[in-house]
Amino acid sequence: MSLVPLYGLLAEFDNPTDLLLAARKAHDEGYRKMDGYSPFPVEGLAEAIGFERDRMPLVVLVGGLLGCVGGYLMQWWISADSYPLNVGGRPYHSWPAFFVVTFEVTVLCAGLSALFGMLGLNGLPMPYHPLFHVPRFEFASRDRFFLCIEASDPRFDVLETRRFLEGLGGHGISEVPY
Amino acid sequence: MEQKDRIEEISERHGRPPVMAPGHTFATITDKISSIVLTRPVSLGWLMGVGFVALWTFILLFAVSYLFYQGVGIWGVNVPVGWGFAITNFVWWVGIGHAGTLISAILLLLRQSWRNSINRFAEAMTLFAVACAGLFPILHLGRPWLAYWLFPYPNTMNVWPQFRSPLVWDVFAVSTYFTISLLFWFQGLIPDLATLRDRAVNRYARTIYGFMAMGWRGSARHWKRYHTAYLLLAGLATPLVLSVHTVVSFDFTIAIVPGWHSTIFPPYFVAGAIYSGFAMVLILAIPIRYFYGLEDFVTMRHLENSGMIMLATGLIVAYGYIMEPFMAWFGGNKYDMYQFWDRAHGPYWWVFLALISMNVVIPQVLWIGKLRRSPFWLFVISLDVLIGMWIERVVIVVVSLHRDFLTSSWGMYYPTKWDWFTFLGTIGFFFLCMLLFLRVLPMISIFELRELLPEAEVKVEP
Repeated sequence: MSLVPLYGLLAEFDNPTDLLLAARKAHDEGYRKMDGYSPFPVEGLAEAIGFERDRMPLVVLVGGLLGCVGGYLMQWWISADSYPLNVGGRPYHSWPAFFVVTFEVTVLCAGLSALFGMLGLNGLPMPYHPLFHVPRFEFASRDRFFLCIEASDPRFDVLETRRFLEGLGGHGISEVPY
Repeated sequence: MEQKDRIEEISERHGRPPVMAPGHTFATITDKISSIVLTRPVSLGWLMGVGFVALWTFILLFAVSYLFYQGVGIWGVNVPVGWGFAITNFVWWVGIGHAGTLISAILLLLRQSWRNSINRFAEAMTLFAVACAGLFPILHLGRPWLAYWLFPYPNTMNVWPQFRSPLVWDVFAVSTYFTISLLFWFQGLIPDLATLRDRAVNRYARTIYGFMAMGWRGSARHWKRYHTAYLLLAGLATPLVLSVHTVVSFDFTIAIVPGWHSTIFPPYFVAGAIYSGFAMVLILAIPIRYFYGLEDFVTMRHLENSGMIMLATGLIVAYGYIMEPFMAWFGGNKYDMYQFWDRAHGPYWWVFLALISMNVVIPQVLWIGKLRRSPFWLFVISLDVLIGMWIERVVIVVVSLHRDFLTSSWGMYYPTKWDWFTFLGTIGFFFLCMLLFLRVLPMISIFELRELLPEAEVKVEP
């Protein structure tokens, strides 16, 4: 076997169904450190590899709440405390007029936390990744589907895992060097 | 037979053209769309088009330079018509942007899969239209270099914006709208940028797209979070798109000017925005699909659906036109009643006549299925609607302002050539941005088209 430390073994599949079935079998076999790669989101694949905790909704909720409270407090502080200005005899703390900007700042902060939260939780930007060493992997963004069982998995064994992946119907199994 | 094309099946059932021409696979979709950016040679037609609109953009630069030198006095704005073309154009451009967000966010949540082939360039259209829109209030400030005073920032003058003013709300609404549209657009682009990175042969292209794709590799965990974030952004953009033109209409309705002070403005502005936005989508989609041979992805189905949305929103706008004078009459306010009498009989009667014929009468031909399925006629009607919606804003801004309560403060508004140069110049700028976008980024969302294929369906029990 190669002397380069191994990131994992990568198996290639023709269609999303085969990939999903393979991922489920690998999970049943006891593998946990693995990931599927596909050119579009495959329904149920994340669950099949044992990914349960999607914290995106929480991140966006927190972002939105911070924006909401922050936006309102900003207007209250500016209009009632820092720079009280009599406009047409309206009260300094004229809350109905503050709705619009509160809403806008809420949406802005929630939206920013959606994109940046997604990138952050996904660990992007990540310019280098071992998978990019595999020449066939460039088809993961076109029409091929991949399953990678990582070497850091306690059950990982180069020969046995390779045999297991071959048994799943995966073809073109390649070693992913670091 | 259970493999039978799901898309075909549905469209056959309704006797309508399919969302995507049959016979495509993941690979052909990817290659066809990415080749437009990566391998298609720069054509003479595109170069001439860019050259033409670049010259056209110079008209804008020329007009704006002279404006900076001389001040807003070069425009036709006066007392009582202080808003003139500047605010007319602002409202028109913001409205056009709305269709992009409607397609990308609202139709996504409603699971209208036909949106997948037009959302990308419609979102680009939104960004460029809002950019053109944002220009006008800033130029109209008189001292445009102080535009940042509109934002709340700690300053040595110790003054802050006045949050009871709809004009400040507008600053927040439009800037938030632009930012969220940009986020949504960029998020949709990430997987496609990764595709371009992997397909590019040119080293520079590979580096640039690779840099922008940020190392996207299509991991299942990433897709899961991506999908959640995408849906949440769509959920956020949905009330946002309805709110933007609502807030724009507040600029008018909060004032007491007859013809402005009306509660029907928010819904009628939003409908009008989508009306003109879909007209612009068609103006862009019809030539693009023809010149880039994308009839497989942007089918007659898309054009017809856009035409039907135009027809529906146009009827909502027509309802607004009827309710406005009705409420003025029913409310018994003589100034309001005079305003609507003046629209039809005053010095601007011909503008009003043009508005009704272009926005209400002519688009009714969309009821005829044959015209709705003809790209040529759809293009012509879209042009008519775009001009009609611009005239609508002229009627709202100019005609309402020119005669209000006191006869002593009545006046007329005459646009100068600089008004026209600035307005027409932004159209050149808009098309310049669109043409550049078509060459450097995938104009159709590749990964969302792959999802439309029957092969994308997972055929196992969950």
